[in-house]
Amino acid sequence: MSTYSVSDTTAAAAPRAAVTFANLSGSYGVGLAASLVWLAFGVSCLYWPDVGDWSRTSSLGIGAIVIAAFVLFGTFSADYLGNAGQALRKRAPWLVAFGAFVTLWEVATAKFAWLPLPFFPPPQSILEVYTDDLPKLLDSVFASIKLQLGGYIIGATVGFITGVSIGWSQKIGYWVHPVLRFIGPLPATAWLPIAFFTFPSSWSASTFLIALATGFPVTVLTWSGVASVSRAYYDVARTLGAKPSFLVLKVAIPAALPHVFVGLFMGLGSSFAVLVVAEMIGVKAGLGWYLQWAQGWAAYANMYAALIVMSLLCSGAITLLFRTRDRLLVWQKGVVKW
Amino acid sequence: MVVQSAAEAISYPAVGAELDVEGVSHAFDIDGAVLPVLDNVNLSIAPGEFVALLGPSGCGKSTLLRLVAGLEKPRSGSLREDEVRISGPHPSRVVVFQDPTLFPWRSVWGNVALGLEAQGILKAQRHRVDAVIELVGLSSFRNAYPHQLSGGMAQRVALARALVNDPKILVLDEPLGKLDSLTRIAMQAELVALWQRKGFTTLLVTHDVEEALVLANRVIVLSDRPARIKADIAVARPYPRHRGDPYLAELRKQILGLLGLEATW
Repeated sequence: MSTYSVSDTTAAAAPRAAVTFANLSGSYGVGLAASLVWLAFGVSCLYWPDVGDWSRTSSLGIGAIVIAAFVLFGTFSADYLGNAGQALRKRAPWLVAFGAFVTLWEVATAKFAWLPLPFFPPPQSILEVYTDDLPKLLDSVFASIKLQLGGYIIGATVGFITGVSIGWSQKIGYWVHPVLRFIGPLPATAWLPIAFFTFPSSWSASTFLIALATGFPVTVLTWSGVASVSRAYYDVARTLGAKPSFLVLKVAIPAALPHVFVGLFMGLGSSFAVLVVAEMIGVKAGLGWYLQWAQGWAAYANMYAALIVMSLLCSGAITLLFRTRDRLLVWQKGVVKW
Repeated sequence: MVVQSAAEAISYPAVGAELDVEGVSHAFDIDGAVLPVLDNVNLSIAPGEFVALLGPSGCGKSTLLRLVAGLEKPRSGSLREDEVRISGPHPSRVVVFQDPTLFPWRSVWGNVALGLEAQGILKAQRHRVDAVIELVGLSSFRNAYPHQLSGGMAQRVALARALVNDPKILVLDEPLGKLDSLTRIAMQAELVALWQRKGFTTLLVTHDVEEALVLANRVIVLSDRPARIKADIAVARPYPRHRGDPYLAELRKQILGLLGLEATW
C-alpha cells in the first residue's frame, strides 16, 4: 500500500468546503475585494461633505457604487460571461489597486484637503470637466488628431520613400545623405520660430514640423533596413528572372519592413512632442492649446482631464501602429514589445 | 585517369541544355591585390548530364557556379548555354544555394511562386506552383512560413522554387551541405529521382566525394585556387547506386588521391 498523509484524507473527506474556500480566496476573492474597494470609493464620496464646491460629487459616488455592483455581479457569473468574464477576472487585481488609488485621491483632496487645493483637484472635478466642457475638449481632440495624422502621414511617406531611395541608389544617397546628417539630428522644435513665419498658416507650419520629426527616424531606419538586406536574397531573385523593380518592391522593401516599423514607432514618439509644443505656441486649437489655455485660467482640473485624454490618444496610436505591424509581419516573431 | 563522355553510356530526354565553358578565367580585386580564382577552365556538359564539381575548400567552385548562373561575368573566356552566350541571370539556369535563402516574409507557396511572379506569369500558371510543392512532398506545409520549417524541409522548398521554372540547367551549390547525414542521404535519392524524371542538366558543387559519386555521372576534380580542371571522371554506373559499390569505392580512392588526401583512405 502507498502511504498517504492525514491532510490528503481530510481534503478528500471535505471536497465541497475546500473548493468553496479556494474559490473565495482565489478567483472570486480578488473580484470581491475590487467590488468592496469601489464601494468604499462611492461611500467616501457620499459620506463626508466636500471641502469645496463641486457639482458632480454625488454622481461620482453613485457611479462608483454602480461599478462596484457590476464587478460583484461579474465576479460571480464570470464563468457564464465568456471572454468578458475572463477579462474581468484577469484585471481584478488592477481594479483593486485603481479603486484604492481613487479612494485615497478623493479623501486626500475633496474631503480633508491634505493636498493643496487648486493644484490637486479631486476626481469629481475632472468628471465635471468631461461632462461640462465636453464640446471644447472634443474639438481639441479632433484638432489634434487632424494635425497629427496629416503631419505623420506626410512625414512617414516622404521618409519611407527617401529611405528606400538612398538605401537602393548610391547616387541618390550621395546627395541626400549629407543633408540628412545636417538637418536630421536637429530637434524639429528648433525650426518653430522659422516655420511659423515662413509658412502661410500656423497649421501648415505645424504639419511641416510634425512631418519633419516623423520623417527623420523613418528615413534612417528604412535606409538601414534596405541597406542591410542580404545579398543572397537578390541573387536568388535575379536567377529566378527578377527585374530591378521586383527587387525593390518584392525583396528590399519587405525585408526592410521590420526596420521601417521601428522608425515609424520612433517617429510617432517625437512627433507627439512636436504636436504639443506647436499647439501650445502657434496653433489655436488642439489638446496642447487646451492645456495652455487651462493653465492660463488656473483650471487645473481641465489640465489633468486633457492630460488623461492625451495619454489615451498617444497610447492608442502606438497600439494601432503595433497592431498593424503584427498583422503585416506575421512571419516574424515580435521584436519590440508593447 | 578515366576520361570518357558519360553521354555515350546513358541517353537523356532532351529537356536539359548543353553548357559550354570555354577558356574561362576569373579574378577578384581584394584590397588592390588581384586574386585569381579560375584559370582557363574548359568544360563541356551534354544536355541532361549530371556533373559534380569537386575541389578543395575555397578553390573557386562557387565562383564558377555564379558565372554559370550569370550573376557575374568572367574576366576572360565565355560561357554558353545551348550555344547562346550567357550574359546575365535567366530562369532557365536556376541556382539552389547552400543556405535555402527562403524569403522569411513569404509562405512556402509564396516562395515557390517567386520565379513565376518575377517573370509575370504567375496568374496563368498557379497550378505549376501547386504541382511542384506536391512533387517535393510539402503540400501540407504550403501556408507555413520558413521559420516553421526544418532544415531539410526548407531545402526542399528551395528546390521546388528552382524546379517550378522548369530549368534547363539546375545549378546546385552544396545544397545538402548543412543537412544532417540522414536527411542528406534521403535528399540525395530524391534529387536523383527528380533529375531522372525531369531530365534537366545538373551542375553540382560539393565537398563530399561520396555524394558526388552517388549522384553524378561525371565528376570534375578542380585544383587549389586558382582552380584548373585536374581530372574529368565518368561514373558509368546505373541508378540507384549503392554506397558500398566496389567500383565507386575505387573511384573514391582515386579522387581522394587527386585531392591530396590518399592518406585518409
